[in-house]
Amino acid sequence: MPETTITAEPGVPLITITREFEAPRELVLRAHVDPALLVQWLGPRELTMTVDRYEARDGGTYRYVHRDAQGDEYGFHGVFHGDPTPDGLVQTFEFEGAPGHVSLNLLTFTQHGSRTELRTVASFTSVADRDAMIGSDMSRGVRDGNDRLAELLARLQAG
Amino acid sequence: MATDRFSLVFSALADPTRRAILTRLAEGEATVAQLAEPFAISQPAISRHLKVLETAGLISRTQRATARLSHLEAQPLREVTTWLARYQRFWDESHERLDDLLAALQADSDEGGNHA
Repeated sequence: MPETTITAEPGVPLITITREFEAPRELVLRAHVDPALLVQWLGPRELTMTVDRYEARDGGTYRYVHRDAQGDEYGFHGVFHGDPTPDGLVQTFEFEGAPGHVSLNLLTFTQHGSRTELRTVASFTSVADRDAMIGSDMSRGVRDGNDRLAELLARLQAG
Repeated sequence: MATDRFSLVFSALADPTRRAILTRLAEGEATVAQLAEPFAISQPAISRHLKVLETAGLISRTQRATARLSHLEAQPLREVTTWLARYQRFWDESHERLDDLLAALQADSDEGGNHA
């Protein structure tokens, strides 16, 4: 079972994500540049993804939104730098919940036989920005926890 | 937990000797001499590692008779694990879905190839 490895070293504003796939690198790239394919895999299953625009070419912009079951929206947008190839896909990335905290993401697709190693290096302007990105979902975790607490309280009061 | 506290915890965990010390302390409290035993380094060096772990809140230390005992403090580790867990889960699940999609796309093109 291939594993997704996420590395976030102290003192350096980078996140590195690596994963191997049983597919040629052109196909793994296609799953990143064709919005009809992207919506089929990016993000957890319980979130619905819609693409507002996705221009995977030099200077093209993109924006997509993840929606959860409660109807809350998480928007992301950025710009492609250079035409994407298996040797490199370069894009800026900004979570609209934290405007101004932009990362520069470099994706490379390296083929080993029938497998492709996908490597994403996200570079932030500061370690604090990087840490906030990894921790940004924590607010959701806290909210999930609060939701469960609310349900528990409701059950206790009903009982 | 504040970001600077995270940095302290991560810096503390970045060293293999300190990780080994934490693993040992997971079995129970220990003296500096006991902790130094498996390593080819001096007790003062171990003490310096313990100081880093203590500053990060990963261990606490108490004086008992003539020995100073170190205890593992699990809470900061738990918080750090939670911190990364959701981000990790986002990519784990995305990549599992990408695996399935890539398999389906290749199955389609193989089928097309057989008919050609």
